[in-house]
Amino acid sequence: MSAIHLKAYASLWRIRFINGLQYRAAALAGIATQLFFGFVFMMIFMAYYENSGVSPDLSIQQLVTYVWLQQMFVAFIMLWYRDNELFTMITGGNIAYELCRPVNMYVFWFVKLLAQRMASALLRSLPIMLVVFFLPEPYRMSLPDSPASFGLFLIALMLGLLVVVAISMLIYISVFWTMSPVGSTLMIAVIGEFFAGLIIPVPLMPDWLQSIVYALPFRFTADFPFRVYSGHIPVNEAITGIGLQLLWILALAVVGQWLMRRALRSVIVQGG
Amino acid sequence: MKLYFNYLSIHFRSQMQYRTSFLMLTAGQFLIPFTVFAGVYFMFERFGQLKGWTFFEVTLCYAIIHLAFSLSECFARGFDSFSGLVVRGDFDRLLVRPRGTVVQVLGSAFEFTRFGRLIQGGAVLAWSISQLPELWTFPKLLAVLLMVVNGVFVFTGIFILAATMCFWSVQGLELANVFTDGGREMAQYPLGIYEAWVRKFFTYIIPFASVSYLPLMLLLDKREGSTAELLLLPFGGALFLLPCLLIWQIGIRHYRSTGS
Repeated sequence: MSAIHLKAYASLWRIRFINGLQYRAAALAGIATQLFFGFVFMMIFMAYYENSGVSPDLSIQQLVTYVWLQQMFVAFIMLWYRDNELFTMITGGNIAYELCRPVNMYVFWFVKLLAQRMASALLRSLPIMLVVFFLPEPYRMSLPDSPASFGLFLIALMLGLLVVVAISMLIYISVFWTMSPVGSTLMIAVIGEFFAGLIIPVPLMPDWLQSIVYALPFRFTADFPFRVYSGHIPVNEAITGIGLQLLWILALAVVGQWLMRRALRSVIVQGG
Repeated sequence: MKLYFNYLSIHFRSQMQYRTSFLMLTAGQFLIPFTVFAGVYFMFERFGQLKGWTFFEVTLCYAIIHLAFSLSECFARGFDSFSGLVVRGDFDRLLVRPRGTVVQVLGSAFEFTRFGRLIQGGAVLAWSISQLPELWTFPKLLAVLLMVVNGVFVFTGIFILAATMCFWSVQGLELANVFTDGGREMAQYPLGIYEAWVRKFFTYIIPFASVSYLPLMLLLDKREGSTAELLLLPFGGALFLLPCLLIWQIGIRHYRSTGS
């Protein structure tokens, strides 16, 4: 990849990022929604914890952090993230123009999706952060376990973002074959989000299910960085996890590139 | 009413044109709440109970809310996607026709794929009732049915309120999700597990409590009460829907076309 290419990708990222920052009213509504969902989820989990004989692996403190991080970085972890532009491009035929560009399509789309999610997360996470650090107990978000876990959390979070975009790229590419975006997206998104720990935190799942979760990439988008933050995953394990994240990103990107090349070789430009 | 059924049959035929997509979507709609349901199941497997509520009592609550939600999404979809009508200026066309706006908006969209969610809710409901023998009397089963209908009233009322907002602004519509999606997530558990401010809001402002929590307390003998009370409670939703329709009528008078 030459320098001129890198520059093209960098400016695409900048344009998309600035573009994403324009939707402030939507972000405001999003913040309210996220805060509400956070409260509801926590009250539900706390009700389970209350007067229960078992003492679960995840403490209330860690649970609260888990839920708030989830709400803050919802743009980083949702597999189901509307980008109808790419869908309509494929199903509507405008893909032809994309093919004329002298860039690698996979990287081009990847950067686009990345920038969108980052802008959306920036708009939402900072205001939510301001609120949740000052909430009364027991809903207050706690500080990271140690400086080391905070540093590793930041790395894991960014790598998690790459994992999520790499998975969503596979969903987009599948549209070349199915031509119906909603069906396939919905199926993968629903299952993936469950395995990422968005419905119930991974440590609260039964053991047999946890072993399935650990064999799949989805948990690296949400569950893994969040537990690194709270120290539930200790520093040395976190470093191994980051290595696994890198491997998954590599594998997903290689498969995605290959599938994309195949799809583009036989692409039928729709519409007219 | 006949007009409405005509609308239905048109939408059904048009959606069946994309059969694979339709089936996939229906399956997806079946799966979404399934993962939520699996979540409830695994949580009970770990914790055993939820503030005195057993697994099947909670799933009954869950099923009623999800049935009500999917029915209202099926039928009141037109209000849910109303901002599209306003933005495109298509609402003008509805206004010049000699029929009521409510029935026309209701008929403007219909989401048959939500049957997936409906089937799932129905299955959970049947399973929960079969495991709760104390419900096996006629008035109690009737009450369960009324609760679902009541839930449809409440969700439809919220959809109408959100659509009415479009007459003033189409910005910030996402906020309505707090009450539709958020309301569903919240009300699928008995309201009693939440803090007082949540409970009060969803009892007196948006009466989700009258859909599931309050009648369930009587149904499951968690509180003393007469059968009359049990059968009257589920009309709280209708009390909510009426002012919503009124606000809709006020909103229409403020409607200015987008032109173009």
